[in-house]
Amino acid sequence: MHEMAICQSLLSEVGRVAVAHPATVVTRVVIAVGPLSGVETAQLERAFDLARQGTVAECAILEIEQTPVVIWCDPCGIESPVAANKLVCGRCGSWRVTVKSGDDLLLKRLSLVDAPQQQSASG
Amino acid sequence: MCKDCGCSAGPGKVEVHDATGVISRKSSGEISVDVLQNILHQNDHAAAHNRHHFDSQGVLAVNLMSSPGSGKTRLLEETIEAIGDRYRIAVIEGDLETENDALRIRAKGVPAIQITTGQTCHLDAHMVHDALHALDLATLDIVFIENVGNLVCPASFDLGQHANVTLLSVAEGDDKPAKYPVMFRASDLVLFSKSDLLPVFDDFSPVRAEGFVRALANDADVFAVSARQPDLLAPWLDWLDARILSLRAGTVMRPRMARPDAAVAS
Repeated sequence: MHEMAICQSLLSEVGRVAVAHPATVVTRVVIAVGPLSGVETAQLERAFDLARQGTVAECAILEIEQTPVVIWCDPCGIESPVAANKLVCGRCGSWRVTVKSGDDLLLKRLSLVDAPQQQSASG
Repeated sequence: MCKDCGCSAGPGKVEVHDATGVISRKSSGEISVDVLQNILHQNDHAAAHNRHHFDSQGVLAVNLMSSPGSGKTRLLEETIEAIGDRYRIAVIEGDLETENDALRIRAKGVPAIQITTGQTCHLDAHMVHDALHALDLATLDIVFIENVGNLVCPASFDLGQHANVTLLSVAEGDDKPAKYPVMFRASDLVLFSKSDLLPVFDDFSPVRAEGFVRALANDADVFAVSARQPDLLAPWLDWLDARILSLRAGTVMRPRMARPDAAVAS
């Protein structure tokens, strides 16, 4: 169950972006996860619920975009959507292919409430 | 409206692009920011740092992964016996508990740093970095990192190694690469360990197992080895020799799945 470690890394990145802006509250965290990243999205959601407590993302919504596994076969010049354990060309069957997507583990986007505006809203 | 803290997260966005990456702003003051950062950025950064240490000292770093009991420690013991007079070796051991494996390695006259991870099912780059502080890389040729026995979690964490070596013992199913594609896709070498037992475990087909590795678009070398039979260790020892020669010739060596160090070091 390495998803907790992944989550802690995610929240560390979220915290870094929030401080840089600066923002006091993160309301939405959008990530992209592919099957070849080795991360189970259901486990990640459960881990996020625990790990976000006491952080700037404590009440954030986690949106997970699951990216499909897609490979490119150069000789055939085609892309094929495939299973994570069968990275072979849909036309010629070759395994000498390039993975175009499906190994993502990416923090894509955050929704933030920035500090100065929140102060003015409350003041 | 968030029911926990009352912050607003409702509809009504106005799309605005600007140079800071802010792509939209709501009347409530909520902004949406594109980040596009790998979630394991900090681990990757530490891994790049470790790899820089290995590179600058000309030390080959090999990460050994497998399920528990497939013979990683035994392979290291016999490897030290075979090439310990030619290369200065150290081992970083990762286990949930006990220092047993490090004791076995030290009994071979080689320094071993034990990392006990407690409930953590994998090593990460920061743990390996801490362990490196206990080693003098200037006095070494090879550092083996024996990861926690686990075919899932270790595959996601770059440690700063030059190569990933995955053991699959012939007592396991030959379809393990199809069941654990992330690990076997990340392998720069696959060793079918305990292959002296193939006559007993004759339902393990090395050809079929290699086929499952290839189906992961992986052209890594695949060797059948046995720590019990020195002649069956030869391909593995030759592979190590070739990598050390290559490293000393100035070749930049990276595991096939590592994200570029230059990008993570920035």
